[in-house]
Amino acid sequence: MTHELKEQNIRNAGQDDLLVVNDLKKHFRLDRKTVLKAVDGISFSIKKGETLGLVGESGCGKSTVGRTLTRIYESTDGEVHFDGVKLKGKLDRKTKTRINRDVQMIFQDPYSSLNPRMTVSEIISEGLVIHNPDLSQKDREKRVHELLQLVGLNKNHAGRYPHEFSGGQRQRIGIARALAVEPKFIVADEPIAALDVSIQAQIVNLLKELQEERGLTYLFIAHDLSMVKYISDRIAVMYLGKIVELAGSEKLYEKPLHPYTQALLSAIPLPDPEKERTREQIILSGDVPSPTDIPSGCRFRTRCPFAMESCAAIDPEFREVKPGHSVACHLYDPEIMAKEGKELKTI
Amino acid sequence: MTTIQPNDGDFKNLRSQDRPAEPSADLFVPQPLDATAREELAAPAPTFWKEAMERLFKNKGAVVSLVLLIILGAMALIGPSMNEFTYREQHIPHSNLPPKVAGLEWLGFDGKDVNGVDQYAQRGVETNYWFGTDEFGRDLWTRVWKGTQISLFIALVAAFLDLVIGVIYGGISAYYGGRIDNVMQRIIEILTGIPNLIVIILFILILEPGIRSIILAMIITGWVGMARVVRGQMLQLKGQEFVLASRTLGASDSRLMRKHLLPNVMGPIIVTVMFTIPTAIFFEAFLSFIGLGLQAPLASLGVLIEDGYDAIRSFPYKLLIPAVVISLVMICFNLLADGLRDALDPKMRK
Repeated sequence: MTHELKEQNIRNAGQDDLLVVNDLKKHFRLDRKTVLKAVDGISFSIKKGETLGLVGESGCGKSTVGRTLTRIYESTDGEVHFDGVKLKGKLDRKTKTRINRDVQMIFQDPYSSLNPRMTVSEIISEGLVIHNPDLSQKDREKRVHELLQLVGLNKNHAGRYPHEFSGGQRQRIGIARALAVEPKFIVADEPIAALDVSIQAQIVNLLKELQEERGLTYLFIAHDLSMVKYISDRIAVMYLGKIVELAGSEKLYEKPLHPYTQALLSAIPLPDPEKERTREQIILSGDVPSPTDIPSGCRFRTRCPFAMESCAAIDPEFREVKPGHSVACHLYDPEIMAKEGKELKTI
Repeated sequence: MTTIQPNDGDFKNLRSQDRPAEPSADLFVPQPLDATAREELAAPAPTFWKEAMERLFKNKGAVVSLVLLIILGAMALIGPSMNEFTYREQHIPHSNLPPKVAGLEWLGFDGKDVNGVDQYAQRGVETNYWFGTDEFGRDLWTRVWKGTQISLFIALVAAFLDLVIGVIYGGISAYYGGRIDNVMQRIIEILTGIPNLIVIILFILILEPGIRSIILAMIITGWVGMARVVRGQMLQLKGQEFVLASRTLGASDSRLMRKHLLPNVMGPIIVTVMFTIPTAIFFEAFLSFIGLGLQAPLASLGVLIEDGYDAIRSFPYKLLIPAVVISLVMICFNLLADGLRDALDPKMRK
């Protein structure tokens, strides 16, 4: 992204944006020659109280985005502004403590996200111990009970160990742990992927309720498209380390613009058997290229049914093609289409 | 005895309201129990350690070993002072007396030598030496238990030092990772690359043979195994989501180590220590046997076995008794360690 665009993006960021991400990159050096570009320049912003869904197939860098935002990984390049604070490099102690409270994460695997040697009470109160060391034992216990009730568990569960709970209950404990420090922003990294369907709905509803009650902001990472549509206000679609399309969830599902999004959405089975029988699925050919060896130009061109000459040469710019709907595809760029001598795709 | 069975017809003749009610799905409905009550009824959760101990005590071999080890340990402490002799007191007229215990003659403790001559009667010895005497007339009972004491002491100290060095080294190597890990692992590889017998022999040749130099020689290479176990376990744990969660909460390095990493590697650490102890006992015995161990008049099980080995044909009891004790100690430690491994990590048994 050019410098000018960056400036523009920051200026566009309104007062109510909690998180602004600009050209974020996270590369992992595997050995001297290979660099794995897990996240390769993504930009988005999330408003206060909003839920941004992040979808994409396995290995496209969704979780890396989440982990970079929670500072588990240090970003390679790009800027993250959270609530007016720029997160980059070493932060001073005060800011670091603030970010550690304000940004929390809910993890994918409820079986490995809770320490098997700690009781539920110890797990939930860890944040309190770290951030409110002056809190008395009694107050801490009271707070743990409140949190347990808040996430729909029983206060008698406090003295138990994680192995005594089911997956859904464990996920609730994980949510209570994140809520203990009263965060503003929660990264939910596929919080429902490891649960069965009836429990998934419960957890998603719990997250929604908590959002309404406490004005939380979510980055909801998932690959279950219908669940994402249900919980998100806007959805970003990722492919191989980049966001290819970003739009309001209704808009995105009604009229997906990017060929990848179209293929992704066509894979959702329909509940109506009549419609399901006539559903046309776009089947992409080939596999996702390795993130250590990303194709030139548009990274989707190797599998895109509409690939043109320009696609291999020029990396499509991620731009707003209609209000609130951005896409990174040449099919919607009048200049490129004119050069190719083809008709502009209608929006 | 005959029972009267009603015929089908009998029921048909009854009027409908007199008939017994047909069993239906809603005839028996379980009394609803609300969730809170259910939780209150449940017993308190057993902690990990409680459960592990329960599993350990179900393992007969481990329990027998534990009891035997306690007995052997107690004997090592009180055995040397159970009679009037000391481990270094020489009494030449009483040399090479076979074991004799009043009341245990049928077990071979009858004071007769290999030729069937009662040495006590022949030499007019009044006192009974329970395990016999050596060529200087030192009481072997006292020496065997003193030897057990010294062997156990060396093994426990060596195992403890291995534990401390290994946990710190392995922990740092795994936790900080990257280049630090790389350098630390290369050092370990160099250490394991040199045959440790050579290192130990050189070490003992430079220092004077004694308890301290044996312990030093054993830990100089002994901690490597522990460091590797701890590193492997920690590497596995480091990427677990609960560790990441704690880091997002802003936990300090020391907190992560104390609360999340160490408690979860405790099981493998204990098992490794338990397997280190018999190895150390064996190694000490081996060093003594090849003449690099403790110097007379100090006794260790290895020294006693070596002395006994020289006289195996004429005085087999001198070899047999310390050999039985060292075997018991080693078997017991191994069985107990096995039991602990199963108890602490029940997944591995399947």
